[in-house]
This record gives sequence, C-alpha cells and structure tokens, in this order.
Amino acid sequence: MAYDKFDILTSRVVPLSSENVDTDQIIPARFLKATERKGFGDNLFRDWRYDSEGNPKPDFVLNDPTYEGKILLAGRNFGSGSSREHAVWAIYDYGFRCVVSSFFADIFKNNCLNIGVLPVTISPEFADELFEAVEADPATEVEVDINKQTITLLSTGKSERFDINSYKKQNMKNGFDDIDYLLNLDDEIRAFEANR
Amino acid sequence: MENKTLFDKIWDAHVIKSIPNGPDVFFIDKHFIHEVTSPVAFLNLEKRGNKVMFPERTVATPDHNVPTIDQDKTIKDQLSRMQVEKLRQNCAKHGIELHDLGTDHHGIVHVIGPELGITQPGMTIVCGDSHTSTHGAFGTIAFGIGTSEVEMVFATQCIMQAKAKKMRITVDGELGPGVSSKDIILYIISQISASGGTGYFIEYAGSAIRSLSMEARMTICNMSIEMGARGGLIAPDETTFDYLKGKDLAPKGAAWDEAVAYWKTLKTDEGATFDLEYHYNAVDIEPMITYGTNPGMGVKVKDHIPTTEGMKESVKKSYIKSLDYMGFKPGEPMKGKKIDYVFVGSCTNGRIEDLRTVANFVKGKKKADNITAWIVPGSREVEKQAIAEGLVQILEEAGFKLRQPGCSACLAMNDDKIPSGKYAVSTSNRNFEGRQGPGSRTLLASPLTVAAVAITGEITDPRDLIEELALEK
Repeated sequence: MAYDKFDILTSRVVPLSSENVDTDQIIPARFLKATERKGFGDNLFRDWRYDSEGNPKPDFVLNDPTYEGKILLAGRNFGSGSSREHAVWAIYDYGFRCVVSSFFADIFKNNCLNIGVLPVTISPEFADELFEAVEADPATEVEVDINKQTITLLSTGKSERFDINSYKKQNMKNGFDDIDYLLNLDDEIRAFEANR
Repeated sequence: MENKTLFDKIWDAHVIKSIPNGPDVFFIDKHFIHEVTSPVAFLNLEKRGNKVMFPERTVATPDHNVPTIDQDKTIKDQLSRMQVEKLRQNCAKHGIELHDLGTDHHGIVHVIGPELGITQPGMTIVCGDSHTSTHGAFGTIAFGIGTSEVEMVFATQCIMQAKAKKMRITVDGELGPGVSSKDIILYIISQISASGGTGYFIEYAGSAIRSLSMEARMTICNMSIEMGARGGLIAPDETTFDYLKGKDLAPKGAAWDEAVAYWKTLKTDEGATFDLEYHYNAVDIEPMITYGTNPGMGVKVKDHIPTTEGMKESVKKSYIKSLDYMGFKPGEPMKGKKIDYVFVGSCTNGRIEDLRTVANFVKGKKKADNITAWIVPGSREVEKQAIAEGLVQILEEAGFKLRQPGCSACLAMNDDKIPSGKYAVSTSNRNFEGRQGPGSRTLLASPLTVAAVAITGEITDPRDLIEELALEK
C-alpha cells in the first residue's frame, strides 16, 4: 500500500553494529501470526530488546535513551534469512524510514523498497566512520537526500553517493508501489499468459 | 547465436517488459502461498478493489503454523487458528486450490509442489518464503518474495525484478560413505559464507551434483538462500524426468514427450559465461555441522571450532557474541558435546529419502535417554510412504515417534519449540538465535549425522558408528 513520500531526511542515528542480523532477530517467527499489518513495531528486535519476562534489556540500543532517530545504522549483511516482509513492517512501524549498511541481504532490500524504507548501501569505510561519529556524539545528524542520492555526515560534511535505480527512486519519491505500475500492463500480461 | 546459461534461458523467456535502468516485469508461472505471508496480501488486494488475475496459477497449503499432533482437532493456539482459517476463507473467496490440513496432499509447500508434479523444468515459481529456492532442483527459477510481491502476483501474475548476477558452483567427484547432499551444501556455505551468494542466482553443476537424487538436489537448492543467493538451480536430466513421470500434475502422453523435448534444451550452453565460479572436489567434503548462529559457521564434525586468530576486530565481536549465545568457545572440538534434542524434518530434509536414512541408521539401536526426538514428515505423502515402507515401525522400535506434517520446529511458530538454553541438532536450514524457540541453540547437520546424535546423545561423526558396526560384524 502507499506510504509516505521520501525526499530529504535529516535525522539522528540509531547504531546497531552486529553483523549478519537476520530477519528472525528483527522480528521472531512467533510474532508473525497477525492477519493485518498492525503493531509490528512493538516487537521489533523483540528478543534482543526484552527478556523472557518482557522487561526491557537496558544494554540494547533501542532501550538506550541516548540514541534516537529515523535512521538505523546497521552492520554488514543486514536482513539475511527469511523473506518475511514483517521485518520491514516492524522497522517502519517503529519509526525508521531509512536503513544504512555496507551490505544488505537481497530479499530484505527489495522488501524495503516495496514499502517505503530506503536502504542505503555505503562503503565499509564510511560505515566505520558513521559508527565512530555516532558513538563519539550520539546527537550526530546524518542527511539522506534521495534526489541527489547522497548520504552526508553533517558534522564533518563527509558525503557518499548511493545507488538506487531510477524506477524505484521515482516510486520512493512519490510513495508509489509496483502494483500501480503493473496494473497498467493488464493487456500485455494477459496476452503473454495466453501464449504459455 | 548468443551462448546462454540455464538461468538466462528461463529468465529471458519470462520477461514481459524491461524498464531502462530499472527492473524487469517478470511473469510468474506458479505461485505457492501459505497462511503466514498471504493474509495481508489478500487484505490489500481487496482494499484496492483488485481480483486474483489467474487463480489457477496459485496453490495454497497451511504449513508454517500448524500443530504436528492432533491435526484432526481444532488448532488450540487462537492466532494460529485464525491465520489458517483466514487462508481457507481467502482461498474459497478467490477460487484458489487449497491442500488443507488432514487432506491427502497437505504438507510443507516446498515438499508438496514437487510431489504433485506442479514444479516442472523451465518454470518461474515464487512464494512468500525464502526456501522457495528448493524448486530450483528441477531446473526452475524459484525464489522467495515479500508480502507486497505476493499481492502483485495475485493482482497481475507479475513482479518487478532486476535480473540477478550469475554464479556457478561445480562439485566434481564421488562422495565418500556417510556424506550426503546436506554436507555438500553446508560445506559450500562454510566456504562462501552466509552472505557470499548475495546478488547472485546459482547454478549447481558437476558430476557429484548429477549423481544426486531429486530429493538430495532439493536439499542443496533449498539452502541457496543461506549464502544470500536468491535461488539456485540444477539443469534437468533423466533423474528429473524419472521423478516427474507419472506425478499427478505432470504432462501425460504426447504432451509428456513434447515437454521432455523442451526440458532437454534447458541447460547452460558451452561457452556461456558466469559472473563468478567456484569449484569443489567431493572428496574434500565430509559430514558437516554448524557451531554458530548463521549457516556459514560450519565445520566438519571431526574438527574444532575455529579460533579468532587473525580475525578483524569488528568480525571478532560478532563471532564471540555468536559463540557466547551457543555456549561454545573458540578451539573446542565438536565431537562429544552433549545434545538435548534432535529434529528431523523441514523443507530441507523432511522427505522420504531423509526418513529412510534415519530409519536405516537407527534400525536395531535405541535412542539415547537424554535425547528428545521430533521426527516430522514434510507431507502427508511422505508420512503415508513411511508407514507403507515400514519405516515408522523401525523408528518406533528405536524409541522415535513420527509426528504429523508441517514446518514444525524449523521455525517454531507452532508448539514445537526447543526450550531456552537447550541444544538441538537439526536437519533444518537455519541456526539463527532463537530460531527453534526463544533461547534455543541449533546445530545444523545431515539426517545421517542427526540419527547418529540421537543414538549417542552427543555430537557424533556418523562414520564412527558405521565403522564400529562394520568391525562388530
């Protein structure tokens, strides 16, 4: 379904440096039982965020009031494993609009683009720099500009360009998803199918 | 004419339109759905006032959430019950074929597709499940999608996808005794890492792959996603055709001959190029087991857990965190570690061949007292066959019980959860933190290795037991 348009996002950053964070960590399977897209943000990183009694674990970054923002800065190979879109729903619902990493799992990245979370892939060196900057000063702000396809660490002005194909870029900027496009191809699809 | 890979041939034949500097409009031949990733897609489809464009191209079964005992009774867990109920309603409303709980062809979606002959060479297949890659064993392009894409397939039978890069993994030579296809794929992932296949579609080739049964090939393609690859495929051959012949939905008569003639063209042309190639020797592959919290963290059962020597600081941090979760230390041997649970099942290793392997191995032996064993067939068909072949009796005499089909403890959405802190050696596909239940510790291995662990109660190289038995004789 349609989502909020993405333009220029300037925000503080929540750092999560663990590598290979799989979608089972982002949202454990036992929270996939809903038949509507509601309330997934409450269970984002559930088992890292809460103990078995449901008490917040103080050492987990989402429970640390020092950090906040609409940008999640993640470690390498973020979103691996299960194709559950619920993982991105949880991220969006929690309040993130952008995930930054030096390496994304493929299906996760696709799912992000389909529901309006911008995945920004940066170099490992720039990722290290961002982690260090946020650690040194949690109030550090980062600007993500989808028009120019740049991500900038505002304190130093250091900037990197990121890739997004022009089709998906237009979708993100306008809050469209693929169905809007595909529905217009009805005749072509039916003709193709008839020959199979 | 341009030399094409198998992947190119199938991909190119399904592109309706290419968007410049954008994805392809990609046609889907078969769409599998289950209860967990479909309800929101149906909901959004209806909200937008759309209909399922070609209902006959979608097939449904409830598998992720279902109990594996008392399937004839009402599902106790309210949320699970509602999800399964929703799937029934949605299928009825939109004219989609459903293989419901308790019916002849119920089972894990990636087990029943091939069993019914729905999965055929040259097809494009998607499902809101990353292990859809399983179907690649038949020479199909099959991969997992998100719920937004499930809705797209309902509404338009298409998704928008950029074509992946191409990788070929060749495994030549003969496998040693006690080494199976699960060991091949765990070995490959341990070499390439859990992210080494990201951005690629993999073709598996070589004499070791060719020698495998369809069941064994499915195990390999199934775990392609565990190295980050969208999917993996194997060129169809006589093994493929023999498997499909006579299956319910396979072509019959003249249509069969025509289909086989086409299927025989589905192979990579001489001289076609890949973006990346790996070569392995079957003789280097031995029984494998994982020790960490992603499938790339695997070693030979006879080996030790790698030390942190020479590891980059950032990598080391995640590595130690992973071992802490498992309760292991760098440098420890794998063999001899006490285990609490074994799980045989899942879309990776829940097929008849897997149950045969386990039954053959445990025949005349007894399960270790410290082990709780869950053996879950991938489908009703597998269950029926296991009964007909006398496997269930052998298993029961050794102290095991067969449960009813479903995804079960592979992802522990139902009640089949490994308790916190307990160790499970499992034939499934993921050893992520909490995958088999909050706090559970999973070690992935082949059905044969799992059977050996079930007998000894600790991590065991199955070949050690085979040798002991040979000596006793």
